[in-house]
Amino acid sequence: MTQSQSSKEMATGYAARTKAFNILVYVILAVMVIVWIFPIVWLILQSLRGEEGISTPYFFPHEITFKNYVRLFTDERFPFLRWFFNTLFVAVLSCVISTLFILMVSYAFSRLRFKSRKTFLNFGLILGMFPGFMSMAATYSIMEIFGLKQQLIALVIVYSAGAGLGYQVAKGFFDTIPRSLDEAAKIDGATRNQIFWQIILPLSKPIIVYTALTTFIGPWADYIFVSYFMKDNSDNWTVALGLYQMLGNQTMSEYFTVFCAGAVVIAIPITVLFVIMQRFYVEGVTGGAVKG
Amino acid sequence: MDYLDYVQMTKGQKFAYKLKSFFAAIPKVIVKLFMYIGYFFKKLFTIIGTGLKGYGYRFAKGDIGTKLSFIIMGAGNMMHRQIAKGLIFLATEVAYIWFMISFGSVQISKIFSMNVDVFRDGSTIVSGALGSEPPLKQENMLGVEEIVNLDTLDNSNKILLFFVMTVLISIAFFAIYIANTKSAFATQQQLKEGVKPASFLAEMKDFLDEKFHVTLLTLPVLLLMLFTVLPIIFTIFMAFTNYDKEHQPPGSLYWWVGFDNFADVFYANPMKSETFGKILVWTLVWAVFATFTNYIFGIILALMINKKGIKFKGFWRTMFVITAAVPQFVTLLIMRLLLGDNTGLNAMWGTSIPFLSDATWARITVIVVNMWVGIPYTMLISSGLLMNIPADLYESARIDGANAFQQFTKITFPYIFFVTTPYLITTFVGNINNFNVIYFLTGGGPSPSNYYQAGQTDLLVTWLYKLTVNSSDFNLAAVIGIIVFVICAIGSLITFNNSKAAKNEEEFS
Repeated sequence: MTQSQSSKEMATGYAARTKAFNILVYVILAVMVIVWIFPIVWLILQSLRGEEGISTPYFFPHEITFKNYVRLFTDERFPFLRWFFNTLFVAVLSCVISTLFILMVSYAFSRLRFKSRKTFLNFGLILGMFPGFMSMAATYSIMEIFGLKQQLIALVIVYSAGAGLGYQVAKGFFDTIPRSLDEAAKIDGATRNQIFWQIILPLSKPIIVYTALTTFIGPWADYIFVSYFMKDNSDNWTVALGLYQMLGNQTMSEYFTVFCAGAVVIAIPITVLFVIMQRFYVEGVTGGAVKG
Repeated sequence: MDYLDYVQMTKGQKFAYKLKSFFAAIPKVIVKLFMYIGYFFKKLFTIIGTGLKGYGYRFAKGDIGTKLSFIIMGAGNMMHRQIAKGLIFLATEVAYIWFMISFGSVQISKIFSMNVDVFRDGSTIVSGALGSEPPLKQENMLGVEEIVNLDTLDNSNKILLFFVMTVLISIAFFAIYIANTKSAFATQQQLKEGVKPASFLAEMKDFLDEKFHVTLLTLPVLLLMLFTVLPIIFTIFMAFTNYDKEHQPPGSLYWWVGFDNFADVFYANPMKSETFGKILVWTLVWAVFATFTNYIFGIILALMINKKGIKFKGFWRTMFVITAAVPQFVTLLIMRLLLGDNTGLNAMWGTSIPFLSDATWARITVIVVNMWVGIPYTMLISSGLLMNIPADLYESARIDGANAFQQFTKITFPYIFFVTTPYLITTFVGNINNFNVIYFLTGGGPSPSNYYQAGQTDLLVTWLYKLTVNSSDFNLAAVIGIIVFVICAIGSLITFNNSKAAKNEEEFS
């Protein structure tokens, strides 16, 4: 047996092993995908289910219908459409304000050097360590004094007033834009204001999209603040709280399939947005880590 | 021990050594925490010292205008030909004095009034209350006690809030006052050197260039102060009062109780302290398991998807991303129904497995469901990192005869672990604060009667939420919030010490 033959045999043996291993990986991946997708498929099927009640002893519904979706938008006890527009109002306003604030603060910390910069950064770091809703009751009292008790505007303020603290991701992005650009512009007589609007922002589309996206999704998914701030004023609920209330003990059996329909309606736009924008999400989260 | 000793150890010894040094580092971190506090105070006193020195120097060397501006703000600027700026300073001073006389001083004086409570049985308590006149209670025609004169009498909540507000405004005013003396002295120096002080318009223009950071930061910081800092300080003060469901303004006053609430949580009140101990242990156990299961299995999943020879990478990734993309409150509520006692899986299988209603089952279920929620995220993030590993590392390893397993243990894993350590600790802190998974799945339950307003799967933060929303124990909630803050601060300090990115921030900019 020559040497080349043995190495050939080794190579085919290696290829066979790799192939077997790859098949194993395919099987594991397929099983995992089924486990991961199962609840989502179940949710969609339940939303189309014609039978009443909380759940059925079989997976595929016997009667497929869209009446749950019709009921979702027409029901008077749970005015989903109203909550939907409430959420949209809060989300759009807080998205605009928060995005502006985050870009302003992160530009200042990334590009400008001033005396108390480090102090501000440390201050932000410490504030970020308090649990987000620890001071919920205090904020509620402040809103009460301003006459904003149980108003949608109060929610907008809660979601966007502290937005400046979320500067890390955008700052990390600004840090990667070459400083020579700023300096060249400065030599040409541009003020820092002009550099911000005319040079840095046009180069930062990905991070603007990412910031807008996260600040828009935040109010859609938040339950904590709405549930405390709007307690018994069901006119000003948002979808998260409204859907949660559908699953209360008294209403659960009647509204379970309607809840599923609502969940699908909320999930579709956000899922599509996230899947398209996942690249920005990964860049945002790992941006700092990769550098280190 | 030096490096040579370490190299000569066996693998087991090395592991034991690393483990030992990890635990040995914990007291060091705590010492460091106190050192930071000490360093903070040292720095604070230095700042106060140099500030006082500068203040005295400016007064001694100042001309009549500068000296006058120590009492009448803006006088120096006006006498040094900066009329508009001087007027703004003056207006600030007038506004502040008016505010203090008409409003602020009242709030400060009420913050520690003596309060005598007379109970029905005739006993009395004298205490430092927030406000002195509790609202009158009168029996109405039906013989029920009714509160009268709500608005005219003291409301502890408002008193405390306005007190904190007054203090914050005073600090801001003090900063403006110091800026005023500095500005007066600077213009004086400029006049002396024959330089004309900048016109008002020029100074305003400077806010778009040299002082652009002021323009950018003012509004975000102001709102942050009003709606984040002010509530946090307010809440911290609450931890030292008896603001609970028995003492709800405007119906009644609440008063200062010192460290009683902290004592309650740690030892004085058996029910509260036992609940706290159990929840704290479970929170830490949960955070460790939730973090590491997600981390390890997420990386394995990413490796499988990115393995050479595996096709349809985009398809596999998208399938998992979809589950991550659906809002958490939706997926978690679905999971709750899927795992209910007689709904979902149990209905389909005809069984009655207590996934969420038995303590042990529920604790395992929340960790497993958290894997379902979190693994796609870790997969997404580590996929990006895997592509960043320099290909020549593998190339040279292959030339040296390393097999696939060795390549993984010697290159892939150390690289990922090194890069993601900060992420790992952020996730750990995030899991301590993980409200959604617990609240939507189990609601903290099952709740035995020996837990104070909590259940066996409750974390500190969900307990905090329940204390605030369900039982109005605001003082206790504030104490829990402070404790969570301390835990997170220690966690973040460990990260911050170890991460290079934090130390060399400027290097990359």
